[in-house]
Amino acid sequence: MTGNLVEIRNLRVEATTDAGRRVEIIKGVSLDIAEGEIVALIGESGSGKTTIAMTLMGYARQGCAITGGEVRVGGVDMVKLSEAERAGIRGTGVAYVPQSAAAAFNPALTIMDQVIEVARIHRLMSATEAQAKALLLFKALSLPHPETIGNRYPHQVSGGQLQRLAAAMALIGQPKVVIFDEPTTALDVTTQVEVLRAFKSVTAQHNIAGVYVSHDLAVVAQIADRIVVLKDGTVQEMGATNDILEGGQHPYTRELLAAFRPKAQQREPDGKSATKRPLLEVDNLTVGYGPRSRDGQPLIKAVQAVSLKLDQGRNLGIIGESGCGKSTLARAIAGILPAHAGDIVFNGRELGKAGRNRTRNELREIQIVFQHADTALNPAKSVEDILRRPLAFYHGMRGKTRDARVNDLLDLVRLPKSVRHRLPGELSGGQKQRVNFARALAAEPTLILCDEITSALDTVVAAAVVELLKELQRELGISYIFISHDLSVVEAICDEIIVMYRGQKVEQIASTRLAAPEHPYTRLLFSSVPKLDTRWLDNLERDAEQVRAYGHP
Amino acid sequence: MTNPTSSGRLNMRLGYRFNLVGVSALGIILLWAGVALFAPQIIPHSVGEIVDADYFGPMSRDLWFGSDYLGRDIFSRILMGARYTLGISLAAVSIACFSGVALGMTAAVAGGWCDSLLSRFLDALNSIPSKLFGLVVVAAVGSSIPALIATLSVIYTPGAYRFARALAVNVNTMDFMVVARIRGERLPYLIASEILPNILGPVLADLGLRFVFIVLLLSGLSFLGLGVQPPYADWGALVRENIGGLPFGAPAVIFPSLAIASLTISVNLLIDNLPRRIRDRSAE
Repeated sequence: MTGNLVEIRNLRVEATTDAGRRVEIIKGVSLDIAEGEIVALIGESGSGKTTIAMTLMGYARQGCAITGGEVRVGGVDMVKLSEAERAGIRGTGVAYVPQSAAAAFNPALTIMDQVIEVARIHRLMSATEAQAKALLLFKALSLPHPETIGNRYPHQVSGGQLQRLAAAMALIGQPKVVIFDEPTTALDVTTQVEVLRAFKSVTAQHNIAGVYVSHDLAVVAQIADRIVVLKDGTVQEMGATNDILEGGQHPYTRELLAAFRPKAQQREPDGKSATKRPLLEVDNLTVGYGPRSRDGQPLIKAVQAVSLKLDQGRNLGIIGESGCGKSTLARAIAGILPAHAGDIVFNGRELGKAGRNRTRNELREIQIVFQHADTALNPAKSVEDILRRPLAFYHGMRGKTRDARVNDLLDLVRLPKSVRHRLPGELSGGQKQRVNFARALAAEPTLILCDEITSALDTVVAAAVVELLKELQRELGISYIFISHDLSVVEAICDEIIVMYRGQKVEQIASTRLAAPEHPYTRLLFSSVPKLDTRWLDNLERDAEQVRAYGHP
Repeated sequence: MTNPTSSGRLNMRLGYRFNLVGVSALGIILLWAGVALFAPQIIPHSVGEIVDADYFGPMSRDLWFGSDYLGRDIFSRILMGARYTLGISLAAVSIACFSGVALGMTAAVAGGWCDSLLSRFLDALNSIPSKLFGLVVVAAVGSSIPALIATLSVIYTPGAYRFARALAVNVNTMDFMVVARIRGERLPYLIASEILPNILGPVLADLGLRFVFIVLLLSGLSFLGLGVQPPYADWGALVRENIGGLPFGAPAVIFPSLAIASLTISVNLLIDNLPRRIRDRSAE
């Protein structure tokens, strides 16, 4: 065997659409991976990064086929093998760590049974040997209670632990190459640090080569030796991690790098704001789920006595990890989930807790935009119908005036008029989010609650959406409450930031003073955001006490 | 669908793809619908007229499907029977599905006690065996066409309700429903404009399936003598009348059975092969 462990030469993958048209989605990609090297595939969604990674296992998704080129793994061309021969290599030669470990584990079997399944299928070793090996892997991946964690079921461990267990499952067959398909995208930043560290040490220890698929340049910077930038199924640029980060030549690479460094908001503090009447005042709000106990308190309190204040034309950010109650807070303000205690005062008037106790005008003034535009837009209605409804409902518009207004709204969110007749399923993620936003604008609100609106988008697209929000604010004078787990996005748009942890507000901090947080949790959270620096993860020293107190190892 | 044939191009123009099995099934259904509409004009012999001296006569040039137990023309009787089988079933399935789907969506959107009350009531209806229910109703009020339609629709409403409710509950949890609610929309808009378009496909498939069940139940009731009463006869009644011809291999008992089979199988095949919208239209 000469040369590299993995050699992809002139790979072509075609997809057949439902009209029988063939589309080339990978257009002649060539790349090499040396033994023990980790190569990152980076690019926006639809750029073909996962498709290329999957061809290492000789696999193409349903409706797709590898139509040309070769994929040599350890000298064997995966394209030419029969399905049975490929199955023999999968798990032992090439293994796969999926994006969502929660969806990849069978909830009805214990973790140990699933981790050693690969060894059983390929008859690599006896069950006791496999279990001993799994135990070593659990230790190497720094999982807590390695001796007993295998006896639990998938729902009994946290998301970060499950992701590491999925890696253990992939590593047990001693593969030479592991495919990591966005394994940390679904995790909180504080958890992501631990998972990345575990992956890095295990791959180095066993000299495993890897393909790391991601759209997050900062994460990739920590773990990859080389970066391949993809767009539209072709390689745009390839090079050592440092070279790409410091001297990316290709326009698309630069766009990616630029999107990752959002310009900090250049807004002079408004001197008059102290005298102005606040737009929204929330006082001691408590929101919860489940049946009420005898003292009228809900079983689970998702938000506990949170107060906040927002001035007209200003923006407020709320950050925290998943489960901290930030979305629940937004839902309570919007009236979707009635609060149990506390007051919401909007424009000097107290609002009803439930949406049905508010007037139509009060509902119109506060609009909420959800994270997943896929589920927030009715898939059976055209863009035009979606935008027409709030215009007719709140403003009583009909006929030509309404159609003209629909065009205005599409203009506002920078969408072409041709999308009017399309269904949401026929739009890209960024376009859907714009339609979602246009629907909120149609109501002509004074406050928009943005619930993680950029989380499902690629870095470049998310940056464009944030830019759009800022422009609209200048034009229309709207206020935003911006909820996110991504500090860089919040930082770019908000004047004040509230940090939440387990339903409580731990700190309120002006965006100009982000460098000096006071609360230990805020410090931990801020320090966990990956930076575009290859040595960041190795140099990161986290206070062990902080991690114990607030992290989820 | 690998090479663009002429039918492929036609499909492209319509924006829908419809395969051969679906087209043939639709053809058979339309044929029966046409027969039901124009039966009085096209029957060669009057339904009640005895045209054959022999009973259970064989197929001949004059009597295409032979004669029945009284020597009447079975071909004409099948053509006329299509009116009753198709008409009663169509009326019953429309009523059952309309009320079931409307109630199901209402229950899903309203939730709470409204949902519980409706669900328990319709579950109770569902627990009565359908043939037995039919027997009781016919025994109580006698057999007439309106009574048959009402009975069949009551029997099949709970099923349609359960089906629509299960679908609507899923749609109800989507974010766009939250958006519509918080906009201040009322129940009629929510069910008609937000939920219905999303469950229409499966509901139509269910409608077709329920149509088949109703045809079979109606035929069963008629076979027991509880359905359409003489001198009229639907297909089920034709089978029962001529069951005595079975030992002789008479065509009089085989053809009505084939008619039932052709209709129900075609409806099933059509449901499985409904035209699908082509989403990739960039080749136009």
